[in-house]
Amino acid sequence: MDTDIKVALVGNPNTGKSTLFNVLTGLNQKIGNFPGVTVDKKTGICELRDGRNAQIIDLPGTYSLYPKSRDESIVFSVLADRSNPLKPDLVVVILDASNLKRNLLLYTQVADLKVPVIIALNMMDMAQKAEITIDVNAIANKLGVPVVPISARKGEGIDKLKEAIAFANKIPLQENTIDVDVLAPQLIATIGEELHIDNHYFALQLAHQHETLHFLTPEQSERIEELEKEFSFHSQKSQAAETIARYNFINDLLYDTVTKKETAQDQTISNRIDRVLTHKTFGFVLFLGILLFIFQSIFAWSAYPMKLIGDFFVWAQSSLHHVLPSGPLTSLLVDGVMGGLSGVMVFIPQIAILFGFISILEDTGYMSRVTFMMDRIMRKVGLNGKSVVPLIGGFACAVPSIMSTRNIENWKDRMITIMVTPLVTCSARLPVYTLLIALVVPSRNVWWIFNLQGLALTGMYLFSLVSAVTVAYVMKYILKSRERGYFIMELPVYRMPRWKNVGLTMYDRSKAFVLQAGKVIIAVSVILWVLASFAPGDRFKRIEQKYAQSQYTQHMNADDLHRAIASEKLENSYAGMLGHTIEPVIRPLGFDWKIGIALITSFAAREVFVGTMATIYSVDGDAEKMESVQQKMQTAKNPDGSPVFTAAVAFSLMMFYAFAMQCASTVAVVYRETKNWRWPAAQFAYMTVLAYVASFVTFHLLR
Amino acid sequence: MRLSQLEVGQSGIVKEFTDLEMSVKLMEMGCLPGEEVRVSRIAPLGDPIAIQVSGYQLSLRKREASTIILQ
Repeated sequence: MDTDIKVALVGNPNTGKSTLFNVLTGLNQKIGNFPGVTVDKKTGICELRDGRNAQIIDLPGTYSLYPKSRDESIVFSVLADRSNPLKPDLVVVILDASNLKRNLLLYTQVADLKVPVIIALNMMDMAQKAEITIDVNAIANKLGVPVVPISARKGEGIDKLKEAIAFANKIPLQENTIDVDVLAPQLIATIGEELHIDNHYFALQLAHQHETLHFLTPEQSERIEELEKEFSFHSQKSQAAETIARYNFINDLLYDTVTKKETAQDQTISNRIDRVLTHKTFGFVLFLGILLFIFQSIFAWSAYPMKLIGDFFVWAQSSLHHVLPSGPLTSLLVDGVMGGLSGVMVFIPQIAILFGFISILEDTGYMSRVTFMMDRIMRKVGLNGKSVVPLIGGFACAVPSIMSTRNIENWKDRMITIMVTPLVTCSARLPVYTLLIALVVPSRNVWWIFNLQGLALTGMYLFSLVSAVTVAYVMKYILKSRERGYFIMELPVYRMPRWKNVGLTMYDRSKAFVLQAGKVIIAVSVILWVLASFAPGDRFKRIEQKYAQSQYTQHMNADDLHRAIASEKLENSYAGMLGHTIEPVIRPLGFDWKIGIALITSFAAREVFVGTMATIYSVDGDAEKMESVQQKMQTAKNPDGSPVFTAAVAFSLMMFYAFAMQCASTVAVVYRETKNWRWPAAQFAYMTVLAYVASFVTFHLLR
Repeated sequence: MRLSQLEVGQSGIVKEFTDLEMSVKLMEMGCLPGEEVRVSRIAPLGDPIAIQVSGYQLSLRKREASTIILQ
């Protein structure tokens, strides 16, 4: 769609910026990435009254133009860099009317960059409730910019805002806020002269941020560094002085434009809610309850849609097999690509549900209270209060949980959370565990009520949490942090969730996962399909010839024959050969080459283990037929006549699945979130080593 | 007197900071000299704390609060 003007939304976090973005653009949204960084770029189209289209860019929420996180550093780059294709024609600064003072700091910084700007004064209804009276016209006059009062939640004032966007000037008309020059007069003048920058505040910002700005050449950056030394410029002192000057300006501005009735803060509803939700005991009990509810819902609510998706693909695959002529191309399309696609799609319900809940928790303001309560415990093991939700979400699925780590501003905390989340027992491990536990753990009760099998399963779950926390603790000392850990965080007032935002978040996250992680998963699935369906030379032909002989065709029914062929083909395929090849390596863990095949095929997704076992032991791999797989595995014998699946082997295998990164989706999503192959590679390596060691130890202890 | 020494419900006026880097962040968040701060609550495990400043609630760790000197 053609766009006539580009409009950037800028504002503090929790000011209703995304709500306004959603109101302005509706479903005309696109999520991309800012070039070179992992920050999501949300853009959308808004149709103005006069028929023109405005492209709206939602910039990350920030308290100041001096970035404290990678997300925030985008804001200055987009606003100031003249060569940036996203450079807006107009900036809409969103201010929370109920907290104008702190919100205005960012406005004064943006205004001094001399880009055309208008103010959207959001949450006017909240301000009225808090008995804050704001003289909107007086503020507009003093600042020299249009100020439009709105309530994004209720959709009030949106038409006025659109009008203001349409009528906005192409040249900046706002008044200067502070005297920037006094902060570093010579430095600003020299940078302006040498780099041809007219705007003094922009020049000053370059002095502060030149090390991290991509649009400066290395020579320019070095020159600025030299100049800073020459004029003995101290970045933090200058920032401190600037902030004080700005707040002086703001206090002057608000002195006769805003009046506030003094109310006892303890009486606000938010405070009363907080007394319960962050209570010493109730707080934790409630939090545990909420987590259990989310965890249960992800399991329970996603089961049906996941089954539908799974069934749909089974149906589509079998009907395509019927329609299309059989051959390698059909098989590639149906078994490889469609198989991979179903592996991607099946995650959508869990992703959508987890993000639905997370978005509700964030929207209401409860998430920051969780962080507040849990920070102390989590900090001890190198994590952050905000790591709690991804870790618990990991019980359902690591993929959405890793996507949800974006809330963690601190880079090191976020990386550690991403690195350890896949250790938590996800739902894909469940079929593997249940199969193996049923195989070797007797189903009898101890202490009357505890079933031994249930205890074993619970043990695996607890064990995964312990290992995640332990690895996090170790990583705390390995990772070098570039940022200093802050916990200076706003606790926003409690609000009702905005259901439209919740819905859009669910949609956005699912879409991002399918489009970006999906590619990798399909690629891996196709590779695995090739390995499992081709064999060197004429091995397959010989197997088919063998089973075409009358001794087989006459004594076996069609299904059994089909399964026997499939089983022998898998053994002779490249995957089977690989299974044989890795046997010497996995022998010390107690695994034979058949288990080796299952390890290889379940690389893309753990639950494939059960299906592969079914194929290898020639039975139907349906969930309902799980018992028959179990029987076959139970009676499986080594060449010397001893049973294959002893307790030692089964537990060793469970340990392997507990630690090994057997999930292409997670690898893909870690890459997507970190934008660097080193992270998924390091994660894969450490998890594989741990898996090997844990299996080895388990096998030799139990043997 | 430092902010970290206040009990729940007590308040004070910010005088100065002992840590420049921390002060830049705190001042941006509206916690600057001359401003009144009041401790609203302390997290169940004793750290971090939540304070009322510039008309909203801010949470910070005790170590961070100890860099704020009150009048």
